[in-house]
Amino acid sequence: MKSAVLVFPGINRERDMARALKLASGQESTMVWHAETALPKGTDLVVVPGGFSYGDYLRCGAIAARSPVMDAVRDFAAGGGLVMGVCNGFQILCESGLLPGILMRNAKLKFLCHDVHLRVERSDTAFTSGYNAGQVIRVPIAHGEGNYTADAETLKRLEGDGRVLYRYCSPTGEVGDVHNINGAAASIAGIVSEKGNVLGMMPHPENHVEDIMGCTDGRGLFAGLVAHLERAA
Amino acid sequence: MKARVTVTLKNGILDPQGKAIEGALKSLGVDGIASVRQGKVFDIELAGADKAKAEEALKAAADKLLANTVIENYRVEVLS
Repeated sequence: MKSAVLVFPGINRERDMARALKLASGQESTMVWHAETALPKGTDLVVVPGGFSYGDYLRCGAIAARSPVMDAVRDFAAGGGLVMGVCNGFQILCESGLLPGILMRNAKLKFLCHDVHLRVERSDTAFTSGYNAGQVIRVPIAHGEGNYTADAETLKRLEGDGRVLYRYCSPTGEVGDVHNINGAAASIAGIVSEKGNVLGMMPHPENHVEDIMGCTDGRGLFAGLVAHLERAA
Repeated sequence: MKARVTVTLKNGILDPQGKAIEGALKSLGVDGIASVRQGKVFDIELAGADKAKAEEALKAAADKLLANTVIENYRVEVLS
């Protein structure tokens, strides 16, 4: 799996992401600076990592979404290429129009930094094939603006088309207001684009991939991606 | 030429910051506040002198960057 990790000023999770990608695929990722106008040849996966691009000025992800490299990412996604945005990366993908909706300030206004449980809604996608449908995984979050929202029509379409892949839940998989840590519509933690090749999620699977991290529940996502690309090849 | 772009949240979009400010105003004893919605103001200096062109540029700026029209409305004013 040849992955490209985008780097914007203020991004700080790119090396965690590259480490998780290498662990799963055995291959080093290429870091791609925001001012580049093309992705490395043969890229299988573009990752927009977490952090605070441009200091969250204007709106989270708004300025990064308009940088030159994002035009190349849009072309890549239009051709069916796999794109994954985590945390600030999810915000950037929403701002760039690759995913619908927006991430608003957390309902209780607090920056949240702790582990959460996620229910994997389906296992037949590139971004979830390493899990079973209904499986509960534990991964960390670290965000102040993760409260996903979209207009009623978009939310209906996301649900109807099975495009919600990850939802905040209890340790045993129940979804409800008490487990919806940031107030997101329908407890949404991660969604995919219409064609299923662009994922955005607030939690950080890349931070639960090694024993030393205390949990390896995030591995499934990366292992699933590698397996998906091998099947496609 | 000076101009101002005002960006506000659309009706029905939850505004937790506005709510927090509203609560703080109430606890300060400022009377008669029914509700608060927070927005953004951009004061922009324009290079040319053509008002129609200026409005066009400001609209493009708002659509492309200053506002996220999923959740926000904007208003463009050329001031002088």
